[in-house]
Amino acid sequence: MWAVFWCVLKRDLLLAMRRRTDVLTTLFFFMIVVSLFPLGVGTERQVLQILGPGVVWVAALLASMLALERLFAADYEDGTLEQMLLTAQPLSLLVLAKVGAHWLLTGLPLVLIAPLVGMQYHLSDAQIGIMMLSLLLGTPILSLIGAIGAALTLGLRGGGILLSLLILPLYIPVLVYGSGAIEVSVIDLSDTMPYLSLLGAFLLAALTLAPLASAAALKISLE
Amino acid sequence: MTLNWFKFASPATFYPLAGRLTRPFWILTGVLLVIGLYWGFFQTADQLGGSNPQKEYYRIIFIHVPAAWMSMWLYIVLVFWAAIGLVFNTRLSFMMANAVAPTGAVFTFLALWTGAFWGRPSWGTYWDWDPRLTSELVLFFLYIGYMALHSAIDDTRRADRASALLALVGLVMVPVIYWSINCPDPTQCAALHQRSGLGKIESNILFSMLTMTLAFWMYSFATSFMRLRSIILTREAEASWVQELLNREHSR
Amino acid sequence: MSDFFSQGGYAFFVWGAYGMVVLVLVAEVLQLRLQHRTILARLGRLARLSQSSRPE
Repeated sequence: MWAVFWCVLKRDLLLAMRRRTDVLTTLFFFMIVVSLFPLGVGTERQVLQILGPGVVWVAALLASMLALERLFAADYEDGTLEQMLLTAQPLSLLVLAKVGAHWLLTGLPLVLIAPLVGMQYHLSDAQIGIMMLSLLLGTPILSLIGAIGAALTLGLRGGGILLSLLILPLYIPVLVYGSGAIEVSVIDLSDTMPYLSLLGAFLLAALTLAPLASAAALKISLE
Repeated sequence: MTLNWFKFASPATFYPLAGRLTRPFWILTGVLLVIGLYWGFFQTADQLGGSNPQKEYYRIIFIHVPAAWMSMWLYIVLVFWAAIGLVFNTRLSFMMANAVAPTGAVFTFLALWTGAFWGRPSWGTYWDWDPRLTSELVLFFLYIGYMALHSAIDDTRRADRASALLALVGLVMVPVIYWSINCPDPTQCAALHQRSGLGKIESNILFSMLTMTLAFWMYSFATSFMRLRSIILTREAEASWVQELLNREHSR
Repeated sequence: MSDFFSQGGYAFFVWGAYGMVVLVLVAEVLQLRLQHRTILARLGRLARLSQSSRPE
């Protein structure tokens, strides 16, 4: 059963590697949004240190949102998705593989580029570490929940903007605890534990439930 | 005698039934509104003392709390019908969910509006990022999302099922969202709203508030049935019973 | 009577809240009635159209 998982994962990664611009667009979108804030609110050190965690997380939310539209779109257009529906393998496993590949391409780069953002906002090294950790735990949740929305809006006109309307409210818990973890890390690093454990718990819950919901949504959209 | 519930699950049977039920619900709404408002404005003290002194503006409670309760209750009703529709594949349940959604959104909006008008004299600000107000705002977004998704999909069957699934996912997420807004710091939770039990409220105020809640509830029944009739007509326009109905109306 | 309308000086807030409730609820009901009538009229027109076009 896991052979199928790896097969889909490798295939999606390979396809993405052939069209690298898609991956880079998300990353640069994230960078641009993050860089625009200091221009809008002023470049004072203290202001940026306060705003930093929230800005990073909101930008991550928007970036992962932007990338979601393409999660199933290509496979939907060339009919691969319908073939996947017909296989004997559980659809939720295939969805999980696709979401995994999607996260590796759009979520992981955000985690890796986070130190750069941290420097832009004058965050301390410890804060940057916590930021990377919280993004590492949080961005997969965004991809998993977002996949439900992507499956529901499959092939609709103006699907992208609709998708954000449906999914952004559901991102609130991740946003609250993700940026919360970075904020409290200023005071005491051990204070971040409850935040990170909560994000971890959300991740586990999303890993088990979201693929099932996405699979159900795909079946509804394709029947 | 066992009642066959599935008989009412047919739009053709439910259409006239909903029509007959609308008027009694309107009458109930009117009576309860008059009692609730009279009691709220003339049988309660003008000013409240105690630990949370309030002046006349506390009378917004008679619409604010019922609207907030109804907005949450109607979302549960919406998800209930959506789930029934997904499980039993009954067309009427989806229509029911559809008919409830706009009324729910209306009450959510009213809860926010009246909350702002109560917050200004009471807290000194129209809006505060108070957990309950924020949750209400999120609930409003969920209603809007449900209706937007439904209207974006042309195929009725897909629209019904997709938005039903979205509503279900929303219901699962609501406690988590509420909790995260309520306790941004996981180790301690604070809220502007007072945590007061219903038993602590003065009995005249409580009476008026509950009466108004019932009135809003009856109002929701009435409007949902009216909307349901419109939805049934549009969707079943080709059915023979609609044609007969039209002929009867026309010949009258 | 004017006491009732002034609500101890908080008329704007009390009536602002109640006014919006009345406005929105009445608007919803009117919209529903209009919608129902429009649908009935449209379906009626369609039915008559198909009857008149049917060969006698």
